[in-house]
Amino acid sequence: MLAYIIRRILYAIPILIGVNIIVFVLFFVINSPDGMARSILGEKNITQEDVDNWKRQNGYHLPLFFNTAAAGVAKKFTQTIFFQKSAKLFVFDFGVSDTNNLDITSQIWERMWASLTIAVPTFLLGLLVNITISMIVAYYRATYVDFWGTIVAVIIMSVSQLFYIIGGQWLFGKLFRLFPISGYDAGVELLKFVILPVVIGILSGIGGGIRFYRTIFLEEVNRDYVRTARAKGMSESVVLFKHALKNAMIPILTNVVLAIPFLFMGSLVMEAFFAIPGLGSFTIEAIQAQDFAIVRSMVYLGSVLYIVGLLMTDISYTLVDPRIRFD
Amino acid sequence: MHFFKQIVFLTCFAFIIGCGVPNNPYPKSEQEQEIYYSTFSEEPKHFDPGVSYSSDEYRFIQQIYEPPLQYHYLKRPYELIPLTAEKVPIPRYFDAAGRALPADAAADSVARAVYEIRIRPGTMYQPHPCFAKDKTGELLFHNLTKADVRGFTEVKDFSMTGTRELVAADYVYQLQRMADPSVSCPIFSTLADYILGMGAYSEALGASESSAGGFSYSDAPFPGVKIVDRYTYQIILKTKYPQFVYWLAMPFFSPMPQEAIDFYSQPVLQERNITIDRFPVGTGPYRIETLVPYKEIVLVKNEHFRVERYPSNGAPGDREAGLLDDAWDIIPFLPRVVYKLEKEYIPRWNKFLQGYYDGSGISSDTFDRAIAFDDTGDPRASELLQAKHIVLRTSVRPTTLYLGFNMQDDIVGGYTADKQKLRQAISIALDYEEYIEIFLNGRGVISQSPIPPGIFGYEAGEVGINPYVYHWDVQAGRPVRKSLEEARRLLAESGYPDGLDKDGNPLIVHFDNAWTSAGATPRLAWMRRRFEQLGITMENRTTDYNRFRDKVQHANFQIISWGWNADYPDAENFMFLLYGPNGRAKFGGENTANYDNPAYNRLFEKMKNMENSPARLEIIRQMKQVLQQDAPWVFTYHPVSFGLSHQWVKNSKPSPLGGNTLKYLRVDAPLRAQNRAAWNKPITWPLWAFFGVLILGTIPAVITMWKRERGRD
Repeated sequence: MLAYIIRRILYAIPILIGVNIIVFVLFFVINSPDGMARSILGEKNITQEDVDNWKRQNGYHLPLFFNTAAAGVAKKFTQTIFFQKSAKLFVFDFGVSDTNNLDITSQIWERMWASLTIAVPTFLLGLLVNITISMIVAYYRATYVDFWGTIVAVIIMSVSQLFYIIGGQWLFGKLFRLFPISGYDAGVELLKFVILPVVIGILSGIGGGIRFYRTIFLEEVNRDYVRTARAKGMSESVVLFKHALKNAMIPILTNVVLAIPFLFMGSLVMEAFFAIPGLGSFTIEAIQAQDFAIVRSMVYLGSVLYIVGLLMTDISYTLVDPRIRFD
Repeated sequence: MHFFKQIVFLTCFAFIIGCGVPNNPYPKSEQEQEIYYSTFSEEPKHFDPGVSYSSDEYRFIQQIYEPPLQYHYLKRPYELIPLTAEKVPIPRYFDAAGRALPADAAADSVARAVYEIRIRPGTMYQPHPCFAKDKTGELLFHNLTKADVRGFTEVKDFSMTGTRELVAADYVYQLQRMADPSVSCPIFSTLADYILGMGAYSEALGASESSAGGFSYSDAPFPGVKIVDRYTYQIILKTKYPQFVYWLAMPFFSPMPQEAIDFYSQPVLQERNITIDRFPVGTGPYRIETLVPYKEIVLVKNEHFRVERYPSNGAPGDREAGLLDDAWDIIPFLPRVVYKLEKEYIPRWNKFLQGYYDGSGISSDTFDRAIAFDDTGDPRASELLQAKHIVLRTSVRPTTLYLGFNMQDDIVGGYTADKQKLRQAISIALDYEEYIEIFLNGRGVISQSPIPPGIFGYEAGEVGINPYVYHWDVQAGRPVRKSLEEARRLLAESGYPDGLDKDGNPLIVHFDNAWTSAGATPRLAWMRRRFEQLGITMENRTTDYNRFRDKVQHANFQIISWGWNADYPDAENFMFLLYGPNGRAKFGGENTANYDNPAYNRLFEKMKNMENSPARLEIIRQMKQVLQQDAPWVFTYHPVSFGLSHQWVKNSKPSPLGGNTLKYLRVDAPLRAQNRAAWNKPITWPLWAFFGVLILGTIPAVITMWKRERGRD
C-alpha cells in the first residue's frame, strides 16, 4: 500500500504544476500586473509611477514566463513572475496577500475553523439523516412512503439553497424569533448561531441525498445475499440495516470521503447570509479584488485536497471491501 | 431502530436548545450597555493611514487617527476647524528670492507656500505595547522573539502597554513615510507635485532600500517638511495651492509614532499578521480592541483621549432637530462600538428592524416598504418604520456622476458647433429625471454642472441651470428639460437629421461599460430606448472591468459612465476633472473625457489658486458655461444618501466628508433594550405543531413496519 501511496503522490506533482500553469495563464489572460496594481491601489489619483512602484514592491515588475534580460539560462526562467510566485507553493509557502500583505497561511488557518463549525455538523448530520431516510424509503419501497418520499425529495432538490436560507431566516429568525438571523460567536454562544444554518444546510441537501442513497440501497436489496438473508428468516430491518447497509458502503464512501477535505473550504452562500467568518468567500473575494496570491494559493490547495480526497477514497475501499488490494 | 433513536434525540436536542435561545445575537451582558452596533459589508484591507484611501476603511481609521484638521460636524457648507492643531494654518507665500508675498499674490509669483502647523500640547497616544517600557526606560517589546509572541493574534495579547505625548515629529515622520516607495502611498504622485523635494526624497529612499545597508528617513534631505519645535512643524509647497489645507483633514496626514513602525517591523509580528496596516496607533477618541476583519471590528474609547467637547453651534435647523442638545458635553459618548460583517443586505435589514443594528441604509428591494413620499414629494419614513420611531435622514453626497464623451473620438468628440450640438441633443434626450425615478427611487439630484450641492460654486435656481438642456419654468419655479423636438432639431443641425448621416446611414454610438450585474440590463435598455427616440442606435459594449479601464486609459471608447467622489469640498476638486493637462489618455489624469478646451484651461488655472470669493464664483460660472456649451459630459446626477437610525441614536447627522463622526453619537441603551424585548418575543408553538404533525405522520408507517415484521415472524 505504501508503494501505491508514494506512486500516487508522485503522479500528483505534474498535475499540480499543470494546475499552476493554467491558473497563471487564465489570470493573466484577462488581467495584467498593471491592472492588478490599479485595482489594488484604487481608482483615484493613481499615476503610472504609482503603478510601477507597486509592481516593484510586490514582485510583479518581472516578465511573466521568460526573462530575456536576465543573465544565464536558469535565471531567464527563475527571474519571472511565474517562478517567483509559484515555486514556493510546492512547499506550502503561500506567501502574503497582494492586497494587504497578510500572511495567507495564517488567514486560511484562522478562517477554516468557522467554516468547519458549520460544515462538519451539516455534513455528518446530513449524512445520517440522508442515509436513514433513504433506508426507510427503501424499506417501504413501492408503497406510499416511497412514492411521496421520492416526490418530496425531487421538490426539495429542485429549489435553490438560497430559498431555504432566506426562508429559514425569515421564518425562524424574524417571524418566530427563535434564532439570531445571522452572526457568529465563540464558546457556548456559538450554539445559537450554528443551529439554523446547520438545519438549513441539512434540509437543502436532503433531496439529492435521499435520491442518491435510495438508489444505492434499492440496488443492494435486490442482490442474492439479501435474498439469502431473507430466506434464512431474518427480519427486513435486520436485512436492511445490518447487511445491505454494510455492502452499500463502497458507493457511499466514494461520495463521502471525497467531500471530507473540502469541508473546510466552506460554503459561499451559507456563510455570506449567516455572517459566518469562514473561507467560503475567500477565493471569490480574492478574484474580485484581483489578489493573485490568494487565488493561486486557494486553487493549489483545492487541487491538493482533491488529490488527497481521491487517495483517501481509494484507501477507504480496502477497509470496507476485503477483496480490494493495492499490492 | 438505532438510527431512529438518534434522529429523535438530535431533533429534540436542537428543539430544546432552540426554544431556550432568543434571537438576540449579542451576549446578555451587553444588553444595557451604551454600545453602538453597526455593520460593514466589505473587509477593510488597510488601516495604515499612509495607504488607506477608501471610504470603507476611513469609517474606522478616522475614529483612531487624527490629522491636524477636521470638518465641523454640523455646519454646512463644510467648514475646516482644528483637530489636533491649535488653529487652521494660513499659508505664507514667498517668491523665488525668499521675499514674503501677500495672501492674494499671483500664483506664478509664488515659489514657496509655507504651512506652519502648531499642535496642541498634551495630546496622548492610545495605550499600545509599542510604547511600553521596562523599569530602566527601555522599550519593552522591540526585540521580540518567536517565543515571546507564541499564540498572539492581536495587539491586545501583549501584557503591557504604554503611551506618550503627540509631537510634531510624528506628523513629519508620516510625511516621510508617504514618500517611502515601500509604503505605496496612493497619493504620493499628487503630493510630490506640490510638496518641495518630495519626489527627490522618495527616489533617494528607493535607492537606499535597494542598497545592501540599512537606511533611515533622516539619511536623505526632505526640504518640504521641517520640525520647528516640539509642537510645531512646517510643510513647504513649491507652488500656491490653496486647496492643500483640505488635505490636512485627510487621514494621510495623521501622525505616526516611529515606535509603532519599529515595533511592527519585527519579523515575528509580521509573520503573525500583526502589522501597522491592521492595528493602528492613534490619538483619536477610539482604539481598536478586537480586529477580525472577516467577522467583526470592535472599537473602544481611548483611555488617553484629551477633553474635547460637542459643538455648540451648527447649521440652521440643527437646534430644532435636537442636534445641539449635547452642546459643550465631553465627547466621545459611546464607550464601545461594535461593527459586524454582514455581506448580505436581507439579514442586515431584518436585524436592523429587530433593533439589533442601530442604523441602516436602504436598498432598492426594501425601498418601497421603508420610504413614502409626502404631498410635496419629499421622502419620509414609511408607516412601518414610523411605528418603530425610526428616523430618516437624507443628504446629497459630494459626488458627481456623468456620461463622458470621448473628446478625441471622430464622431462624438471635437469642439466644432456641430459636435457641440450632437452632444447637447444627446444630453437632452437622456432624461435623467426619469432614470432617477425608475432606477434610484428618487435618490438623486439632477446635476447641471460638475459641482454638487454644498460646494462653493454650486448654484440652485435659474442662475444655476444648464441652459442647453433645461429652460426655467417661472411658474413652477424649477428647471424643465427641453423637449425631444429641440433635441431632434439640434441633432439635425449637427448633421444627423432623424439620426441619419449625409449618406443616409444611421448614426451608431457605442456605450462602453463594465455593467456586468443583472441589474444592468434594464438600465441599458432604458439608455437604448432614449437614444432611439433621436433615431440614434446605441450599441452596448460591456466588458470586464480591467478591459473597460484599459479602454478608458487609451481613449478607446465613445461614451462611458463615470463618477467622482470629492476629496475635499472645493470646486477645484471637481473642475479639474475637465482640465486639459489632466487628460487620461495623454497624461494619465482624471479627465476621462480627454476634454481640452484652452479657454476652460485658462479659467481653471486662474480659479484653482483663488480663495472663495465673488470673483472666484464669477470665474466658476464662466467655466460652467463653457462646459455646458461644449457638453463633454452628459451631466447626470448627484446621488442622495438615505440613512435610517433608531430613535435611541442621538446626534446622528450625515457627514460624507467628515468621517470622524462616531465621537458625537450617543445611544439611549435602556430605551433600546426595552424596544428589543418588545419586538423580539419568541413564538414557539409552530415548532411544537410541526413536531406533532411529524409524529402523527409517522404512525401509519410504523404500523406498517410492525405488521411487516410480524408477518415475517
